[in-house]
Amino acid sequence: MTEPATSSNRPPTFRREQALLLEVHNLSKRFGGLQAVKDLTFTVGEGEIVALIGPNGAGKTTAFALISGFLAPDSGTVRFAGRDLRGLKPHEINALGLARTFQIMRPFPRLTVVRNVMIATLGRHRDTREAERRARAVLDEIGLGAKAELPAGVLTLAERKRLELARALGTEPRLLLLDEVMSGLTDAETERIVELVRALNRRGIAILLIEHVMRAVMSLAQRIVVLNYGERIAEGRPEAVANDPRVIEAYLGDEEVTRAPA
Amino acid sequence: MWAAALAVAVLLALPAVLSGYAVTIFILIFFYAFLAQAWNVVGGYAGQLSAGHAAFVGVGGYTAALLFERGVTPWIGMFAGGALAAVLGAIIGYLGFRFGLRGFYFVLLTVAFAEICRILASNVEAVGGAVGLYITFTGNPRQFQFQDQRAYYYIALALMLLATGVTALIERRRFGIYLTAIREDETACEALGVDVLKYKLLAMIVSSFLAGLGGTFYAFQNFSLQPGAVFGIPLSVEIVIRPIIGGAGTLLGPILGSFILTPLGEVSRSYFGQSGLHGAHLIVYGVLLVAVVLFLPQGAYPYLRKLLSRRNIA
Repeated sequence: MTEPATSSNRPPTFRREQALLLEVHNLSKRFGGLQAVKDLTFTVGEGEIVALIGPNGAGKTTAFALISGFLAPDSGTVRFAGRDLRGLKPHEINALGLARTFQIMRPFPRLTVVRNVMIATLGRHRDTREAERRARAVLDEIGLGAKAELPAGVLTLAERKRLELARALGTEPRLLLLDEVMSGLTDAETERIVELVRALNRRGIAILLIEHVMRAVMSLAQRIVVLNYGERIAEGRPEAVANDPRVIEAYLGDEEVTRAPA
Repeated sequence: MWAAALAVAVLLALPAVLSGYAVTIFILIFFYAFLAQAWNVVGGYAGQLSAGHAAFVGVGGYTAALLFERGVTPWIGMFAGGALAAVLGAIIGYLGFRFGLRGFYFVLLTVAFAEICRILASNVEAVGGAVGLYITFTGNPRQFQFQDQRAYYYIALALMLLATGVTALIERRRFGIYLTAIREDETACEALGVDVLKYKLLAMIVSSFLAGLGGTFYAFQNFSLQPGAVFGIPLSVEIVIRPIIGGAGTLLGPILGSFILTPLGEVSRSYFGQSGLHGAHLIVYGVLLVAVVLFLPQGAYPYLRKLLSRRNIA
């Protein structure tokens, strides 16, 4: 990977041994009186798996929306594969190879499962037959092949989560942003998604995931970024982050909060 | 495929045995099916509910009629009218889609647009004002005028087949597949790399162009254009209600809808009209609409297809 020409505004966490795919630098977003994301800086390297964790309302999903172009940041930059994403629309960012899933799944309920995935594959394969062939291949890989002809509206929660993943995958991304694709699943289902994500990563797809299922996070992530009140409060290897007092405090609350009168 | 070819063959042969009155009814069936199919591209497939499609018919008709006064044959004026309607469709579409007007707000925008057209046409004397435009009858086919109603029958049939052919082509391509997804969830489309604004605009342009072509047919079949008739809400309702009854976003829905509603509208119009109850056909439409919404929310065509395929299996 060639490095971008403007290296002066590099995030401080830049690590030279790994080519950077995603560089988030000083990203901020405010909704009225709520500072949803504040000076957020982190990176995802080529082929890396990074987890974004934090308590509810910490700004994780807002960060995803800012990175994928669904929200415009108040300040800060997002670079993907060396390119500044400022001003790009979500579909343009997707075309560059950055795909996201939604925490609240958004299947096209009246379209069949295979049509759902074709909406994704048609972006790179204009020919509908080729797009359908690719969509079926993705469904087989994800384990939804048998449901291809059903309308997406009849799928179970676990199947809809997998469809969300299949569609994102259908756009042939270099970086996949997964927003809670495991929450609400049984242990066995979670285990299957973990295996799936690992397999995708082995194929060279970098992963940035928001997840509350800590077992999955600990086993998948090479690096964890912890958010609280929109700010990054810790970053590092899973074991280090899990034992970081600031992280424990963020999740359990500090003494003053726990002592506060009801 | 064979069924479609057979149906077309029957429709081609039909004028030989039909009475004059039946021919005029069929002209209306085809013509409204054509307009309904034009609407279907943007309203049915893309799910953008335009309630002002009469405006495109009006703009197309006025363009062709005014050009005809200046010596341009309607066979050319027709395409000029379609092009102007498409430009207006693009402008309205851009305004609505760029600023994210969805659902009712887009409905209101399109109604307002058609009303503005109507008020403008009623007040600008250069385009005939409130009286409208009258076309001198020459009976010259080169001027889109025919002595024999059967000529209009075949033109209306050709228009219906043209719009249906265009829709069938769109349906099979990436464009059409994208439209069906845009109808369901625009945000998800954007996340999957679909340029939603571009495809909605394209749908609007195709739809308004076709409706604009229809304006010429309207003008040169009736030999007159009144602002209230061609830009008015009643015509927009006629256009919208057919695909909704027949099945919006399906290829044959608008045609089926027109075969159901046009004769019903005509019969009730003349039946109630004789007894002085003008507008009573709208009550029939209303009752039918309520029934369809309650019992066949997808429209009549999807229901019919389900019935037929069940019988085939049994």
